[in-house]
Amino acid sequence: MTATNPTAVQVPPRRVLELIHDWVTTVDHKKIGLMYIGYSLVFLVIAGFEALLMRVQLAIPGNTFVSPQVFNRLFTMHGTTMVFFVGMPILFGFGNYLVPLMIGARDMAFPRLNAFSFWISAFGGVLLYFSYLGGDGLYGAGSAPDVGWFAYAPLTAHAFSPGHSTDYWTLALLLSGVGSIGTALNIVATTLSMRCPGMKLNRMPLLVWLYLVVSMMVFIAVSPLTAAQIMLVLDRYLGAHFFDTQAGGSAVLWMHFFWIFGHPEVYILVLPAFAFANEIIPVFSRKAIFGYPAMVAATIGIGFISLSVWAHHMFTVGLGAWGNTFFTFATMIISVPTGIKIFNWLATLWGGRIHFTVAMMFAVAFLFQFLIAGLTGIMLSVAPFDWQLGNSYFVVAHFHYVLVGAILFMIFAAFYYWYPKMTGRMLSEKLGKWHFWLFLIGFHLTFDFMHVPGILGMPRRIYTYESDRGWMIWNMIVSSGAAFQAVASLLFVFNLVWSFFKGAVAGPDPWDAWTLEWSTTSPPPPYNFAVTPTVDSRRPLWDLKHPEDPDSSYEM
Amino acid sequence: MSVCSVWLNEPDLIQAVASGNPTNIFAPVGTPAHLIHGLSMLVLGIVSAIFLVVAGLLVFVLLRYRFRPSAHDATEEPVQIYGSTQIELSWTVIPVLIVVILFLATARVIFSSEQGQKPGNALDVNVIGHQFWWEYRYPKLSIVTANELHVPVSNPAQLTPTYLTMTSADTDHSFWVPRLAGKMDLIPNKINTMWIDPRSAGLYLGQCAQYCGTQHAKMLLRVYADTPAAFAAWVAHQRQPAVEDPQAAEGRAVFEHNACISCHTVTGTVATGRFGPDLTHVASRDTIASGSILNTPANIRAFVDNPAHFKPGALMPPMHLNDHDLDLVTTYLDSLK
Amino acid sequence: MSGVAVIRDVPIKEWNLPSRGKVGMACLIAAESAIFIIFVVAYVFYLGKSLNGPTPRDVLELPIVSTVCLLSSSITVHFAVSALNHGKRSLCSLWLAATVLLGSIFLAGTAREWYQLIYHDGLTIQTNLFGTTFYSLVGLHATHVVVGLLLLSLVLIFSLGGQMGAKHTERLEVLSLYWHFVDAVWVVVFLVVYVFGR
Repeated sequence: MTATNPTAVQVPPRRVLELIHDWVTTVDHKKIGLMYIGYSLVFLVIAGFEALLMRVQLAIPGNTFVSPQVFNRLFTMHGTTMVFFVGMPILFGFGNYLVPLMIGARDMAFPRLNAFSFWISAFGGVLLYFSYLGGDGLYGAGSAPDVGWFAYAPLTAHAFSPGHSTDYWTLALLLSGVGSIGTALNIVATTLSMRCPGMKLNRMPLLVWLYLVVSMMVFIAVSPLTAAQIMLVLDRYLGAHFFDTQAGGSAVLWMHFFWIFGHPEVYILVLPAFAFANEIIPVFSRKAIFGYPAMVAATIGIGFISLSVWAHHMFTVGLGAWGNTFFTFATMIISVPTGIKIFNWLATLWGGRIHFTVAMMFAVAFLFQFLIAGLTGIMLSVAPFDWQLGNSYFVVAHFHYVLVGAILFMIFAAFYYWYPKMTGRMLSEKLGKWHFWLFLIGFHLTFDFMHVPGILGMPRRIYTYESDRGWMIWNMIVSSGAAFQAVASLLFVFNLVWSFFKGAVAGPDPWDAWTLEWSTTSPPPPYNFAVTPTVDSRRPLWDLKHPEDPDSSYEM
Repeated sequence: MSVCSVWLNEPDLIQAVASGNPTNIFAPVGTPAHLIHGLSMLVLGIVSAIFLVVAGLLVFVLLRYRFRPSAHDATEEPVQIYGSTQIELSWTVIPVLIVVILFLATARVIFSSEQGQKPGNALDVNVIGHQFWWEYRYPKLSIVTANELHVPVSNPAQLTPTYLTMTSADTDHSFWVPRLAGKMDLIPNKINTMWIDPRSAGLYLGQCAQYCGTQHAKMLLRVYADTPAAFAAWVAHQRQPAVEDPQAAEGRAVFEHNACISCHTVTGTVATGRFGPDLTHVASRDTIASGSILNTPANIRAFVDNPAHFKPGALMPPMHLNDHDLDLVTTYLDSLK
Repeated sequence: MSGVAVIRDVPIKEWNLPSRGKVGMACLIAAESAIFIIFVVAYVFYLGKSLNGPTPRDVLELPIVSTVCLLSSSITVHFAVSALNHGKRSLCSLWLAATVLLGSIFLAGTAREWYQLIYHDGLTIQTNLFGTTFYSLVGLHATHVVVGLLLLSLVLIFSLGGQMGAKHTERLEVLSLYWHFVDAVWVVVFLVVYVFGR
């Protein structure tokens, strides 16, 4: 684009319409992936703002910054948005973009299903937020849902949640679930049926393996939530009694169904973070990933075991000694394959030449933070310990350590790593370093110290607290970290936009990496590959760059 | 018991810690909390050791193997190592062993907490959770009260634990008094049980730990561990029917001619409502509104006038009494010692 | 590095991957199975827990005819696929029509049963836990039958219009997989609701 007249950037209206039409009707996995990512970034900012409001309210005891009703809506919307309209879309966005490129395919197996899945998920998010406007029911009892992101029965029964706020929650998630299942179906079909010649299953990049396992987990995990929500709708509108304790129904049954979804769901969220680590850490250590077969086995192990641990969210419900014991055991066992992954990353770094680009800095922080998150998870898996720590701020600190400290940090790393491929421009490393350090400080201020109120007896989901509990100082520190994270996030968004126009040109392979996506131009052409590649090993570009010493000679 | 737990058993230290942090889970005062505390020290020890080793290795690796332009040629790649079955086995087997140890220690505590034999002289209390208050019924003592739970201190020589049988009248709740025990949920249409045995007299604080609706945050818990004499006195007092103070007769008339009686019980009168807390001896309590407000005439008056002033979202509606009736009712309620 | 893809000199001789249609349908079946399992779990969990109202033993009769029809329709749809594979279009249409007919008889049987239950036995989804779990489980299955019949009818129309050939066998097979799944679910529902649960 020439810039003869800097002030008059005139884009003819028809061109803009064409552009919009192109994106709205696209079935190209790359564009759909970018739409997922952009969509989730918008919701990240919104849900982050909801968190900020909560932290202001909780900074001092007896605060009246927001009313209890508003606060209860805030934590419900914050959790629901972050899981379903930030976490799932951003991870499926990256998956959508990268999987076909990494296996040498031209698109996903079902491009139209891909587009449909995106738009129905997007509509779900809009529906959830429409509840702020349209949720007033017969009694004017609610706008946005306020039942918590896990919406325990019978709080969600018509008797306790009149109006339509709960229904917005249910419907939005039903739609998001349909979208998730559609995308997962696409990923499995693409991975199994569209790999380029020579790419046997044990030559796929680990990212593709992890997304395969994630997608299979989606089928088994999201469906129970769908089923439970259908039951909830039947209860609320057709007078069914699934969770109606007055008619003999069981509140605990909802918990079981929800957590049979809810626990695998958090592994669905974390496995893609592992996937990014598996690609980024080797490249910036200049070494192949250590123990590829063990990593695959550990992933599959995590996938299976995660389906059997759900009631560790229900240790205080009265499952009985045998129930509590079984779920303690299953939860502890899952730490073994998870630990194996950490050790393999460590071994990958060992003996390497580590380059601390911004992407790698985020990945290194991920390693430490995920270690800590896993260890607090082990603490919570000890059922008696959980009888104290469960439903307290210790749990909130633990899961935010995973969601922010592990997953969000790796998502940032993934941005810095793949943004050049997606846009053809490098993100500014200087801005990136500011982003990293500010966010790191904010994260640790907030989530390290958040463990303390939990130990001191502060339960979660309370809009205020008594001044005689000794929780104030900790809450103030926790709230202060939120400001750092907010500023850092805004810096990041600025970096994304600024670099799109002013970033250094990236070229096809700025990181000297080894998987197939780096063999195309940046950004790739719509058809990805002019000629379908054929591969001999797990690192086809390594073989190209080191013809005297190809990987295929050594792979286990 | 580990060194740490012995150290933390120092009464003065507990006092000091507890006065600033009355709900600290690491300041146990009863057997269930002690059992958890002991196990938690073991867990913390294991977890800290793992952290030090792994994080230490990470730090070492990141420093030792960082790229140094002075020492390394940027175009040369380090030796590629693809894996090692022995190493994979070792760091599978060792974690499994750690898990087994941790699991066995945990299982022991689970079973001893949940499957102990109930001593004959245990005190039975039925706890029913409501939106947003606690109902306590002592079946063998014919006492019904709300929000402030009195139990006898349990001396090691003469164990008198209190057995709580719990359910809910509406949504899910959870009973959590950290210094006495771990939490246990109150679930409609389900009976859960737990026991507490406070070893020293005093007031123990807690609050509802399962989101139950708008005023979940102010469903506070107050457990009074009384000396045997004090407990006996409290029991005797609570078993009396309501005080009939002639000075409060007018207020009683206002009370009984308004909707108050459809939600509240005052034994010995026509008020037999069960939806709200039992008010027979409300003036003998330190607090009202489930521990969130001090029990003073001014507060009673303000609360009756408009509960939402203190607890927006509480299920008691504003009674819309005129000032005169409000004063009378306040006098009446304040007389129900 | 230049934007060059890896091209081997000697192409790999055999590179067979599963068909994406079949993989996709298998995934859908996995997800749907999980949904049905949850409804079956709810049904079994609430057996005997209704506080009042009719029980399964009181009001349920074995739906033999409907079941035979539905299960036979799996056989007919299999023949339809086979016929199409051999290019025998009219035979395919015949078997498809038989499938749609048998499926419709099943639905009619369900409708009749529900009419009886609602108007003569007083069992609705609101009546008790049995009513809730029965109608939701059987209803969910019936919904899947309706969807399957719609799709099969559509294919029947294509077939009658002469637009289908042997090259469409794969797609018809994928649809038939869905239909076999619906029948398999009925076997489970039949056993749980009408045999073990009564």
